[in-house]
Amino acid sequence: MQSICAFDRIIPGRGVAALLEDGTQVAVFRLHDDSLYAVSNLDPFMDANVMSRGLVGDRGGEPIVTSPLLKQAFSLKTGACLDDEMVALEVFAVEVLDGEVRVGVNSEVKASA
Amino acid sequence: MSKLVVIGDGMVGRRFLEAVTQRDPSWEVTVLCEEPRPAYDRVRLSAFFDGVSAEELSLASALPNVEVKLGEPAVSIARTSKVVYSDKGEYPYDKLVFATGSYAFVPPMEGADLEGVFVYRTIDDLEAIKAHSAGKRHGVVIGGGLLGLEAANALKLLGLETQIVEFAPWLMARQLDEAGGGILKQHIEKLGIGVDCGTGGTKIEAVDGRLRMETNREGIAYDTDLIIFAAGVRPRDQLAREAGIEVGERGGIITDLSCATSDPDVYAIGEVAAMEGMCYGLVAPGYSMAEVVADRLAGGEATFPGADMSTKLKLLGVDVAQFGAMDGPLSTTYLDPAHGTYAKLILSDDATTLLGGMLVGDAEAYPLLRASVGGKVPGKLADLLGGGEIEGSLPDGAQVCSCNAVTKGDIMSAIHEDGCADVPALKACTKAGTSCGSCVPMLKQLLKEGGVEVSNAVCEHFTQSRAELFDIVKVTGITTFSELIARYGTGAGCDLCKPTVASILASLSNGHILEGEQASLQDTNDHFLANMQRNGTYSVVPRIPGGEITPDKLIVIGEVAKEFDLYTKITGGQRIDMFGARVEDLPKIWRKLVDAGFESGHAYGKALRTVKSCVGTDWCRYGVQDSVKMAIDLELRYRGLRSPHKLKSAVSGCARECAEARGKDFGIIATEHGWNLYVGGNGGFTPRHADLLLSDVDSETLVRTIDRFLMFYISTADRLQRTSKWVEGLEGGIEYLREVIVDDKLGICGELDALMEKHVENYADEWKGVIDDPEKLERFVSFVNAPEAPDPTIEFEEVRGQKFPAGTTARSHSTPVALGTPVRK
Repeated sequence: MQSICAFDRIIPGRGVAALLEDGTQVAVFRLHDDSLYAVSNLDPFMDANVMSRGLVGDRGGEPIVTSPLLKQAFSLKTGACLDDEMVALEVFAVEVLDGEVRVGVNSEVKASA
Repeated sequence: MSKLVVIGDGMVGRRFLEAVTQRDPSWEVTVLCEEPRPAYDRVRLSAFFDGVSAEELSLASALPNVEVKLGEPAVSIARTSKVVYSDKGEYPYDKLVFATGSYAFVPPMEGADLEGVFVYRTIDDLEAIKAHSAGKRHGVVIGGGLLGLEAANALKLLGLETQIVEFAPWLMARQLDEAGGGILKQHIEKLGIGVDCGTGGTKIEAVDGRLRMETNREGIAYDTDLIIFAAGVRPRDQLAREAGIEVGERGGIITDLSCATSDPDVYAIGEVAAMEGMCYGLVAPGYSMAEVVADRLAGGEATFPGADMSTKLKLLGVDVAQFGAMDGPLSTTYLDPAHGTYAKLILSDDATTLLGGMLVGDAEAYPLLRASVGGKVPGKLADLLGGGEIEGSLPDGAQVCSCNAVTKGDIMSAIHEDGCADVPALKACTKAGTSCGSCVPMLKQLLKEGGVEVSNAVCEHFTQSRAELFDIVKVTGITTFSELIARYGTGAGCDLCKPTVASILASLSNGHILEGEQASLQDTNDHFLANMQRNGTYSVVPRIPGGEITPDKLIVIGEVAKEFDLYTKITGGQRIDMFGARVEDLPKIWRKLVDAGFESGHAYGKALRTVKSCVGTDWCRYGVQDSVKMAIDLELRYRGLRSPHKLKSAVSGCARECAEARGKDFGIIATEHGWNLYVGGNGGFTPRHADLLLSDVDSETLVRTIDRFLMFYISTADRLQRTSKWVEGLEGGIEYLREVIVDDKLGICGELDALMEKHVENYADEWKGVIDDPEKLERFVSFVNAPEAPDPTIEFEEVRGQKFPAGTTARSHSTPVALGTPVRK
């Protein structure tokens, strides 16, 4: 797990982008209920690293982020695109420790699973 | 390829071209058109004096294999060699279609050829009338029928004192009985137009630079500046007559029910045709004939289905309608002189079948009544006559749109089988309502009958429409999304409702759009006060009010673009767009721009974009008002105003309209006496010319009316509804809009004015609001854990001496999806 910023740095209902040590870009979102989600920052439709700037909300109760480019919705829980079942975002582990937001690189997620 | 020659490019000729190219595009078609312009909407001709241009009346469209020869009338026909001659060429044909229409009938009268005497038929006629009427005072219209009343309307719009002289004992004698004609006269006299029935002109003389018309009544003569003959039309059958084609005793080319003339290779359609001896002077039967011939040319066997001579029109603001029979075994009437309404229904002798009728003053029942002709009386007589609530369902065979022969059955199948869910879809699918439009209310009713519920709910989180949410926020004074969704919605919100509410809060002046919780509601572009481009970089557009900019400021833009390596482009809105800005550079770019006196241009917002202008009186030889100053004033007044969709405007300094104001949400065109205000225009996907709302007003009235127009739109429009669709969707259209924001019919103008005052007082530059606030500034970073590290995946390449996003950026990972674990604090 890698520390990226203070929890308070993320405003409720928005996301931030983080650059992991291996060069991976992760989008981390804080929802209004203070829950955190982390997915790949790469918009798979447009191939641009912009997901952290999307709007969050819910679709039928499922927490989602909407691509800021072409507005496809992705589940924050599974990364699955709700508008195109062939596409999904990578999902990352995220936690808060001592007020710091920490994100797990992919290998660690798989190892712990 | 077979050759088809069509003589005449009028409404019916144009319909025929559309029908024939649709059915069988293999015909090589030549159209010989006498007028210098292609087909236009003659039915709406008097709108030409109400600010509608010749271009807007045009019905022309590009059709495959059709060549239209404008200003090239056919002069003779050699039927044995099958060639049509004009002065410029010869056109062989396999089939020939006459669609020459009519000419205006001028009774043989001494002086009918004097200067100042006109007919009312073509756009050229109207232009001549307009030119002659300048500086004149009085005009006489000969004829009190449909055409005569149209012409009287035209003269009134030109500002002339107008007198109608009609030979028949009452107005519109072909459509109305004496009582109906009397009520109509009452309405028209109230408008200040003189009506003299039972009188015929006998002689016109020029007297002291004016005209005098003697009449058949002892001692009655009219002194006037201009006379229009609008006493009927005659078929233009001369060419056919000379070619030896059979014509009727009272004129018109004789045809059978297939529209074929005495020469089987020659057809006649529209007003020139005397179908089985009968000429039809309305457009609907002409359209039917056009369809019949198109079918025949494609090998079909269609015949003329019979004509519906029903008419409904608004003449000088008065509704007049006639449908079915004029007379019959039984009739019942209702006359209300106090309100100026008259209704008459013609019934079968057992009073169960509706045969026809007429309505004056109130024609709301017309669509239902007309569609019911030949069937059961569709309701209680008292309701039908007296304008009460009418409940009734039409039979499937009833014709809803007579112009295009569309039945209720056709409409219902379009709703149920083709999935049409609104009036525009029905229009596109069935053509119903596309000609005279009188059946549009009926279409709405049938949509309802077909079970189409039009939901205006914003999204799954709010059942309310945007307009309802606006009212809730305004009335309750709620200032946060979380309170609004907790009290009036469900769930956590989404990319539809959040920006909608953000926009409503901004329209009601709730401070900086990135302040507090509002920051979490803003759509991508608003959240970074710039426009996100395909590779995740942004474009930056500083405001250049009215398109006026000093050389020094131009240099600053150039320097900023060079320093931050930005691609630059001139926009359609007379400003400069700088592309390729990295998110972490935005505040630095703004700082330089703000220091040089620039501010945000709101290119990223659903807000006022630009007010374009031409060069105006300062430089232009033609300008009549200072369009640049007006454009700057308006842009500075409405800058930052958040609305349901973007707003564009323009100001032109004269009628040449160089700023293209009529393609804008609100456009202003200078006149000799002040300004004309047009609203609801649009370019884009569905272009629409703006409608004239006010003419010749002073600057103060202009600005006040725009204030109200914008605030009324912001208060009531749907999410992402441009003003064009909003104006079109208003029940009562532009007239209703005028009643609300000019005459204050709803008593809301005070409130609209106050809302706009609040906006103007509270405006502040959004860029400055960020660069002066460290907390907001913190958000403009590439990575939260590496604020200054540029996104390594953004790459550019050079094209035409500037940078562009590189083909694609590299994906860093392609590992399978793994489940993450959300963590609570």
